[in-house]
Amino acid sequence: MRGVTPTTAIGPRGSKPKRILSTRNIVVYGVLTVAAVYWVIPLYVMIVTSLKGLPEIRMGNIFAPPLQITFEPWVKAWDSACTGLSCEGLKVGFWNSVKILIPSTFISIAIASVNGYALSFWKFKGSEVFFTLLLLGAFIPYQVIIYPLVILLRELGLFASLGGIVLIHTVFGMPILTLLFRNYFASVPMELFKAARVDGAGFWRIFLQILLPMSLPIFVVALILQITGIWNDFFFGVIYAGTLNFPMTVQLNNIVNTTQGVKEYNVNMAATLLTGLLPLVVYFISGKLFVRGIAAGAVKG
Amino acid sequence: MNTSKRPNLWLRNMSAKVAAVPMIATALIVFVGCSVWSVVYSFTSSRSLPKENFVGLKQYERLFSSNRWVESVENVFIFGICTLVFSLIVGFSLAVLLDQKIRFENTFRTIFLYPFALSFMVTGLVWQWMLNPQLGVASVVRNLGFENFEILLLSSREYSIYAIVIAGLWQGTGLVMVLMLAGLRGIDQDIWKASRVDGIPAWKTYLFIVVPMMRPVFVTTLVIIASGIVKVYDLVLAMTQGGPGISSEVPAKYVYDYMFGRANLGQGLAASTVMLSTVLIVLIPWSYMEFRDKQEKSV
Repeated sequence: MRGVTPTTAIGPRGSKPKRILSTRNIVVYGVLTVAAVYWVIPLYVMIVTSLKGLPEIRMGNIFAPPLQITFEPWVKAWDSACTGLSCEGLKVGFWNSVKILIPSTFISIAIASVNGYALSFWKFKGSEVFFTLLLLGAFIPYQVIIYPLVILLRELGLFASLGGIVLIHTVFGMPILTLLFRNYFASVPMELFKAARVDGAGFWRIFLQILLPMSLPIFVVALILQITGIWNDFFFGVIYAGTLNFPMTVQLNNIVNTTQGVKEYNVNMAATLLTGLLPLVVYFISGKLFVRGIAAGAVKG
Repeated sequence: MNTSKRPNLWLRNMSAKVAAVPMIATALIVFVGCSVWSVVYSFTSSRSLPKENFVGLKQYERLFSSNRWVESVENVFIFGICTLVFSLIVGFSLAVLLDQKIRFENTFRTIFLYPFALSFMVTGLVWQWMLNPQLGVASVVRNLGFENFEILLLSSREYSIYAIVIAGLWQGTGLVMVLMLAGLRGIDQDIWKASRVDGIPAWKTYLFIVVPMMRPVFVTTLVIIASGIVKVYDLVLAMTQGGPGISSEVPAKYVYDYMFGRANLGQGLAASTVMLSTVLIVLIPWSYMEFRDKQEKSV
């Protein structure tokens, strides 16, 4: 695709790479293909299992494609699988996750972007200290702070509520998002900011009218980071959301790991796929932006 | 003049300060305040509610004499070392292969990274099914004629933690690969030219020139993996629930169970304080090193 013909390539092992089927190529593509197969197998098995009937599964070949495709496991996983408490399927968890996801994503990005903006253009005494503390906070094992946060939320009347879990996601998303925005805004030329100041624009005006329009890519990166992160969260959901607001991941665990009754592997795999569907779609659509998000978040962390 | 300047200094940047209130509150109240609270109350005998009856190091004595905690710590060590070693080796090797100016680079990268988009819950459940002793991969091998073949990972006390390692590697190696690839792409191409002129074989160049040059990338990757290892919880819960017996328990699960399941807050807090101290022991030298490097650069 990139049109690098073997003769012009200045590769690291560029001795005489003329034949396409050189030993080097066979090794490189061979190893990569084997690895790729290993990485794809679980997804394949999930899909195949979720389309089989139980008797077929009991025959014991998890790699075999379904002899008879059935969508019943999907319907059951969505609509009527039992969690030990009730038999309403994953749909309750799905909508709970949506209800958690939308405000959490929006609020956390709004706050973190303003933080990053203040930290790069409006430094005040102590701002760097708070930022360092915030970053260190990203490394603290959550287990240390979960209980005092339960007390705090209880005092605020937000424990086991939608508002509580949204607040928690905002707080725990803050270090990484603030870093992301700060690094991005740091690359914006200071002259631009100064010119706006000279023209009399204030804190909010510069942010809303100048920086926001030019930083769309970083907002998309933050969006991807938060959507996958919050959707995939289990730990905070199980502690702070309360039984009524359990997100999809928690409900999935309750469905699959209930000890009672016959294990319906096909329903379990359909449920697992349903839970993983949104992040997978986001991942495959966003492509390079997803990579950029994790690289920006990770390398500079 | 002088007197009017002082309040001015405070009021300067007022909107920036107001805007930074959530950040300051998070840093001070949540990260510092809550950590301190937990450490303080780990010295009490709190049961289901926090109480100020201090008992010294009792909780810690109990913690380290608890079989379950010792097992948890051992497990997280096994899990951590295996994860670090394999994800670094495999991640780096895959990155090197992808860096050979190959076709379909994007396709391969997409395949290796997609599990990273999935939650630990999903990862754990898939591998629980794959490694199912009766119906999983083991059964396929048995059907091929190896009738005594068994994968005892999930059902054995000795090896259950390795099942979690396998799932964790599947999920996280893609991230390591991406980070390493970014590092490799950051290496000056002249290095390659120079080593070719000198006739150094490619593998030697990688091992003795490129890897040392990528030290910062390795260190950050290490820190990222390590901070993930300490927190491992969902994966265990999804795959084994800590079993069989207590054979795949981890510290994070110990903390959760004692705080919320067994109403033994003091014990849970003591365990979490130990986790925090371990992280700090690693983190402080690292941040010191980073800080010193940055200072040297700016000088």
